[in-house]
Amino acid sequence: MHWDIVIDNFDYFLWGQTKFDLVFPFIHDVGGMLSAVIMAVLGIFGAFWIGMAAGLMRLSKKWWLKIPAVAYIEMVRGMPLLLLIFWFFFLAPVLIGQSLPAFSTTVFCFMIFTGAYVGEIVRAGVLALPKGQLEAARGSGLSQTQAMRFVILPQALRNMIPSFVNQFVSLTKDTSLASILGVSELTRTGVQVDNREMVASFEVWITIAGLYFLLCYILTSYSRRLEAQLSRYQARDR
Amino acid sequence: MEYNFQWAKMFSGEPAQWMWEGFNTTLQISAIALVGAMLLGIFICLMRMTPFKPLQWFALAYTEFFRNTPLLVQIFFWYNASHFVIPEGINEWMNDLYYWFPGPFAAFGHDFVGEWVLFNVELITGVIALTVYTSAFIAEEIRAGIFSIPKNQLEASRAVGLSFLQGYRYVILPQALRIVIPPLISQALNLIKNSSLCMVIGVTEMMFQATQIESYHAIPFEAFSVALMIYLAISLVVSFCITMYNKHFMIQVMY
Repeated sequence: MHWDIVIDNFDYFLWGQTKFDLVFPFIHDVGGMLSAVIMAVLGIFGAFWIGMAAGLMRLSKKWWLKIPAVAYIEMVRGMPLLLLIFWFFFLAPVLIGQSLPAFSTTVFCFMIFTGAYVGEIVRAGVLALPKGQLEAARGSGLSQTQAMRFVILPQALRNMIPSFVNQFVSLTKDTSLASILGVSELTRTGVQVDNREMVASFEVWITIAGLYFLLCYILTSYSRRLEAQLSRYQARDR
Repeated sequence: MEYNFQWAKMFSGEPAQWMWEGFNTTLQISAIALVGAMLLGIFICLMRMTPFKPLQWFALAYTEFFRNTPLLVQIFFWYNASHFVIPEGINEWMNDLYYWFPGPFAAFGHDFVGEWVLFNVELITGVIALTVYTSAFIAEEIRAGIFSIPKNQLEASRAVGLSFLQGYRYVILPQALRIVIPPLISQALNLIKNSSLCMVIGVTEMMFQATQIESYHAIPFEAFSVALMIYLAISLVVSFCITMYNKHFMIQVMY
């Protein structure tokens, strides 16, 4: 066994060749697990707003809002993320005339991909509330938008938090796909170290899997705790 | 930069043939892995529900570990590092393997080439990775389905005079299976989508063939668009079937 190889490269697994300086993003050459976390956070941030828009549009009664949202959600949920990444990587030059860097491509694809799933979560969260909530809000004189804004969404968003964390976990796992385009992140560092050392495949991949597991398992347990806590304060039909 | 669309190239000659082969391989690995994952998933779920504690812990660790690590890492693990886990004899057999299934055979007065599935080490490791990854999800789905039936139904069936197994056979499972089947089908869909990751180790499935066409014929956008349409068609057809199924059967679940 060659665990010393893993120990020597452990800092590389964790943050790659990340450098801090005073030029704008302040952080350059992100890599390793840090890069995976940054990509997941950026992705979920974009996906939240896209998903919110798509979910609410899908709930709307106006067909010109509903049909684009349904088409977007169903299409994205029907394709593999890897294919979306490759497809967008080759679509970008056609659209904007120059190729995008791999990091931006993948983060953008994570936003689009996760946005569709978040859209379904938003829709399910709103539909799970008792119908009387909306009716009472409308009955007390609020408009449809106001009822959504002040009555439905505050409750629905709170109930959605556990599914949202689950989606974040699955996005964290999906960041591993960025390594296929050559973005430096946890899986990529694994491939690099494995290919350079050649004798420590088992140790390297167990370590990488362990790091991902640690990250995802903490979040999963957190979401389970949240679910148990939140279910006590839900508005119910009966 | 001017992009020159050449859609016609995609539907004739080499690209079309490669795409068709890739489509077949995708269906093959998905089918084999789905059968394996169902069996393994049911087995893990049974382990999780036995009263014997160590088995429960093992099944819990199995599901948690494989659900919380990326499939890509698992594929790399099975491809690069499996010789620490799989016994040496099997590993050597796998590495030497190059076998067309079912092989040449004669039937109905014809000679068939029989080159339908090419079993080689890439396909087998890809299938192992997909099977193990999906089985963890399937085990969890089945368990959730069984636990979604209130416990007092089992108690009531025991009180009526059914034995423990009869209670499961006639009361719990008929309801639980109805609940479990739609999520299982969407797991199967996920499996088909996830099988695209097998391209990183060189399984010649649809994504791999699309990248191949991209580099041989320089029509990246067309190649990936066609692959995308095929994946989309598969999942739209299946999700339409799930919707129909839900409309017909979900009403009958009462509890």
